[in-house]
Amino acid sequence: MTTDTVLAAAGSVPGGEAVTFWILAPLALIGAIGMVAARNAVHSALWLVLTMLCLGVFYVLQAGPFIGMVQIIVYTGAIMMLFLFVLMLVGRDASDSLIETLRGQRVAAIVLGLGFAGLIGTGLYQAMEKTTAVGLEQANAEGNVQGIARLLFTKYVFAFELTSALLITAAVGAMVLAHVERRKQDKMDQPATMRARFAPGNYPGPKPGPGVFATSSSVATPARLPDGRLTDHSTPAILPQRELTAEETSLKGTDK
Amino acid sequence: MSPSYLAQDPTLADFGRDPWWLVLIKIVFAFAFGLLATLLGVWFERRVVGYMQVRPGPNQVGPFGLLQTLADGLKMAFKEDILPKAADKVVYFFAPTISVICAVTALSVVPFGPMVSIFGHHTPLQVTDVPVAVLLLLACSSMGVYGIVLGGWASGSTYPLLGGLRSSAQMISYEVAMGLSIVAVFMTAGTMSTSGIVAAQGDGTQLTIAGQQIPAPGWYAILLLPSFIIFFIATVGETNRAPFDLPEAESELVAGFMTEYSSLKFALFMLSEYVAMVTMSAVTTTLFLGGWRAPWPITIWEGANSGWWPMLWFFGKVIALVFVFVWLRGTLPRLRYDQFMRFGWKVLLPINLVWILVLSGLRSIEDWDTRGKVIAVGIPAGILLIATLFWPSRRPQPTPTTQEQVDSRPYGSFPLPPMDLQVPPSPRITRVVAEREPANIATGSDSREV
Repeated sequence: MTTDTVLAAAGSVPGGEAVTFWILAPLALIGAIGMVAARNAVHSALWLVLTMLCLGVFYVLQAGPFIGMVQIIVYTGAIMMLFLFVLMLVGRDASDSLIETLRGQRVAAIVLGLGFAGLIGTGLYQAMEKTTAVGLEQANAEGNVQGIARLLFTKYVFAFELTSALLITAAVGAMVLAHVERRKQDKMDQPATMRARFAPGNYPGPKPGPGVFATSSSVATPARLPDGRLTDHSTPAILPQRELTAEETSLKGTDK
Repeated sequence: MSPSYLAQDPTLADFGRDPWWLVLIKIVFAFAFGLLATLLGVWFERRVVGYMQVRPGPNQVGPFGLLQTLADGLKMAFKEDILPKAADKVVYFFAPTISVICAVTALSVVPFGPMVSIFGHHTPLQVTDVPVAVLLLLACSSMGVYGIVLGGWASGSTYPLLGGLRSSAQMISYEVAMGLSIVAVFMTAGTMSTSGIVAAQGDGTQLTIAGQQIPAPGWYAILLLPSFIIFFIATVGETNRAPFDLPEAESELVAGFMTEYSSLKFALFMLSEYVAMVTMSAVTTTLFLGGWRAPWPITIWEGANSGWWPMLWFFGKVIALVFVFVWLRGTLPRLRYDQFMRFGWKVLLPINLVWILVLSGLRSIEDWDTRGKVIAVGIPAGILLIATLFWPSRRPQPTPTTQEQVDSRPYGSFPLPPMDLQVPPSPRITRVVAEREPANIATGSDSREV
């Protein structure tokens, strides 16, 4: 009873399972390749979603409905959604440049990837050699969900709790690192805000609205062109031209 | 209960035995149910909101305006389909379809009724059922948000992007609360299949209180009331309905994620929203309101839970829940975004966790003897009571009233007028009125005119 048995059992697949597999397996592969090849980060994430969905269906096909659904809910539904959230904040036009920032980075990544795949493969092979397959009927004897629950809360309860403790620690740590505590004395009350507003050096009036390039709301102030030069066309010709003092031409503190 | 009555409950073994044409009929029925529910749902919502706002609502197209949605749908189909220049074309195209597919797929595991006979086949009124059907529902609702998020991102414009961002954060937050409230249902029903949960709500467990056999209500809405309330609130959040319709808040984000959408793609988004609303109502009915089982007064009639009748009770419950959705929209203002997030994480989630803890505690002491039960319930309850009674109050001392402040002034202070001093009316007011001429002398017979 070694891997041969598993392979022999897998030799007799029902028709529906085979059809589903041959439709979804190429899709999963296309998704994986697309994830690496896509230039846009969001497209990469979407290709990965495709692969994950296919994997979820594979789990269901292999008589593991619970793990299949959990794969879709947790990985596709929650974790990839968080990825997308971050990627969308980055901006939609952000795409990878082909210039390597680290020398030899690509080659190193390929070598390391192959090495990791080899490590996983040998580990899996070793584990499969020593494991005796009992068949799906015995594993799912009391129902798939119940079987997983029994193992998770009896044999593997320590590993399970350890994993959850690790995840909670990571979450709390991220919060501690990212959280900025505002102390009570940093908050300015109304009189302090007013004093700061009328303090010398600060321009107390409202700041110009977005898109306004002028430093003053006077009609005599010429507007700025997009490249920063002043334009005469914006001031009415009837206004008398006069030289502005240094104080008048200086910035009024609106750019703060 | 007779054995024939019990045989109406489908089990997992009853699924997967239908011929292909029966499966096709069921799928088409579920799909048509979703579409029809949208057509009627939009009309229903507009009429009910109209009634609540004391205006007629749509009443011109067809009897009672029933065909208004159909007319709107046709109009939308003939409108120009605009593709923004900055849009990501493929994603922009697929986003609405993702939403619709996920919303409709969820209907496949909703039980519409018990075992019936269709053309000689004894089959359950449900497309299919799996041991993890409720997880399938959760997966559908979490995948459905991809449509909204991607639609917002692919539009290549600011407001849709903000709508999409809000939607993804909202989905992640409220799905946690939703999943936790389903945990209580799993614990009580002992199964994750929808037909099993409906069956578990049928036989009300017999409670033995002081030697008396009292049939406990079977509906989980009553047994697990906190779970039911939290689940329904989370459902409103998941379906982006008011007061949680932040992704498409029209007063802040124009139309949110569907600002750039037009024509049929916009119609698909509308469709998915209403199908999701009906699907979620159906799921709530299944999980908490006894599914297709008749409510109490009807159950006196022996045949209420057999044959095709249960479909009627099911539709009745779904319509009632859709009405609650509409009612919420007509009543509550939209939440601010931070309030909404705080509500999800700091109110719904902790209450749910505590409730699950209490529930699992109660379930684990179920087979103890009475003395053990009393001790196990009494000690935590006593500690809780003492803690609430002696919890140090953080309420500040009340500020003294003006009269108290005046009274507490030291002796010899500057005299103050009494607080309740009535200032007499100025004598000038009466003089002005008295000196005025009568307004119209010619017809001045009315003594009331001054």
